[in-house]
Amino acid sequence: MGTSVRTIRLFRRGIFHLAVTVFALVMLYPMLWMLSSSLKDTTEIFVNSHQLIPSEWSFDNYVTGFKGFAGISFSVFFKNSFIITILSVLGTVISSALVAYGFARIRFKFAPFWFACMMLTMMLPAEVLMIPQYILFHKIGWINTFLPLIVPSFFGGAFFIFLIIQFMRGIPKELDEAAVIDGCGKYRTFAMVILPLLTPPLITTAIFKFYWTWDDFFSPLLYLNSPKLATVSLAIKNFSDPTMKTDWGAMFAMSVLSIIPIVVVFFLFQRYIVDGISTTGLKG
Amino acid sequence: MRGVGNKSIWSSDNTAGYLFIFPWLFGFLVFSIIPIGASLFLAFTRYDILSPPEWVGMDNFKAMFTEDSRYWLSVKATLLFVFIAIPLRLVFALIVAMVLNQKLRFLGFFRSAYYLPTLIGGSVAVAVMWRHLFGLNGALNSFLESAFGITDKISWITHPSTALPSLILLSVWQFGSAMLIFLAGLKQVPKELYEASEVDGAGSFQRFKSITLPLLTPVLLFNLIMGIINGFKVFTEGMIVTGGGPFDKTLFYVLYLYEKSFRYYEMGYGSAMAWILLMVIAAFTAIVFTTSRHWVHYESKGD
Repeated sequence: MGTSVRTIRLFRRGIFHLAVTVFALVMLYPMLWMLSSSLKDTTEIFVNSHQLIPSEWSFDNYVTGFKGFAGISFSVFFKNSFIITILSVLGTVISSALVAYGFARIRFKFAPFWFACMMLTMMLPAEVLMIPQYILFHKIGWINTFLPLIVPSFFGGAFFIFLIIQFMRGIPKELDEAAVIDGCGKYRTFAMVILPLLTPPLITTAIFKFYWTWDDFFSPLLYLNSPKLATVSLAIKNFSDPTMKTDWGAMFAMSVLSIIPIVVVFFLFQRYIVDGISTTGLKG
Repeated sequence: MRGVGNKSIWSSDNTAGYLFIFPWLFGFLVFSIIPIGASLFLAFTRYDILSPPEWVGMDNFKAMFTEDSRYWLSVKATLLFVFIAIPLRLVFALIVAMVLNQKLRFLGFFRSAYYLPTLIGGSVAVAVMWRHLFGLNGALNSFLESAFGITDKISWITHPSTALPSLILLSVWQFGSAMLIFLAGLKQVPKELYEASEVDGAGSFQRFKSITLPLLTPVLLFNLIMGIINGFKVFTEGMIVTGGGPFDKTLFYVLYLYEKSFRYYEMGYGSAMAWILLMVIAAFTAIVFTTSRHWVHYESKGD
């Protein structure tokens, strides 16, 4: 009696795990398909396309793909993406930490008003600002430079400022007061006492800013018209343009490469990402 | 305590405060306030960025609502997308979160596997991949042929009746963020509640309906609002996977706004479209918030 109940339960657990596994494979299939297509010969990709095992494994696609197109190597696009992403992340982290400290720890005139303004900008869709911002950058001659993609990051991101403020509320005010007693001003208190404690929200900020900038396709599309300046995501779009005769194997190879930084960051900082999404609803 | 009426401390706090928030304040004025004003002004003008804007009053809005048939196609495509993809995605996210909340081995692995599509889903690479996965000689058709012998193939991406559904599928596939948020919400549900209801002899559906779902409603509200806001802003999928076609079936609102503003340089018209978008999103968010009082259950409310 006891054993048969246990067998049934074991069996049900087995079925349950099997179903979850099968579903996970379905979820992962498109990504595996992209990976396997990048390792197939170009002529093979669209013949019996659903098979994941290439008849012959080859890394040629990565070699031809990396040569890029129109004489521009993919290394140029990666360099562009890295320059833009790293500077944007730095700018966002530094400025957001400063602003968050100002709002969370200093009482100054009209602070609640400015804070309310900041919360309101979080709800404003970027689409409303897109056209006038484009005109602004056009007038000051920033089209076809990285500046429109980098400079705005140095003025803080409302969402990240809010995230850091929330975290700072958990740091006891006594720490600040002790620092003041020790003769620290506001600026030294921030730099020496608070900033070191802000590592977790700053890492979360850096990760998500990294994702958003790396994946961003809209701003490069608007501002970077010269092929030499294209970011990876824009290059892949140009690469796969339906009007061009595309080497699909090479295209898939570069697509896989473009995703690798995202996946690497995910596995390095998984804990921060899962916590960030679960507690604040940050969209990855 | 702090500075008891001491003027110099007050003023130094003011200076320090404004110094610290200066980056945001400057950005707010230059990249938000001025653009908002400019955008509102441009909405009533004809402007092609080269010649000065020309005041046309309500013409842009009139044209939008009465003359521009593509505008209404873009509204239709966007509404269909939002009202099919977002609920489907939430239902999926909730079901998967509840499954993952069972006693499951390798939870970390499954969670990552289900989240991975969301992680990379926003990238151009995935959009291009989707186009080929569902293309004429893509994996789906090839699978249908070898498994069921279906040989009269269509390209799911360029066929008028399947183009939008394949984009909806792409969006539903990315249920990972919503799933993680639901999962965090499920972990908060006190185990005692389930035990008590089991003693009362409630079935699993009964438990879901009277315990899990009510306690998850705050999280559901959050997911719903984020979903609606992001759903209205769908762009990359339409741009890369289908290019807005076939016959404008996937010409999403923002995609059309982009075309008008940056391909035809009708920036006044584009600004007017952007303001309508802002108002529609605000209206839907407001509606969800107002109705939420009737269906969102807050633990601390009342007693």
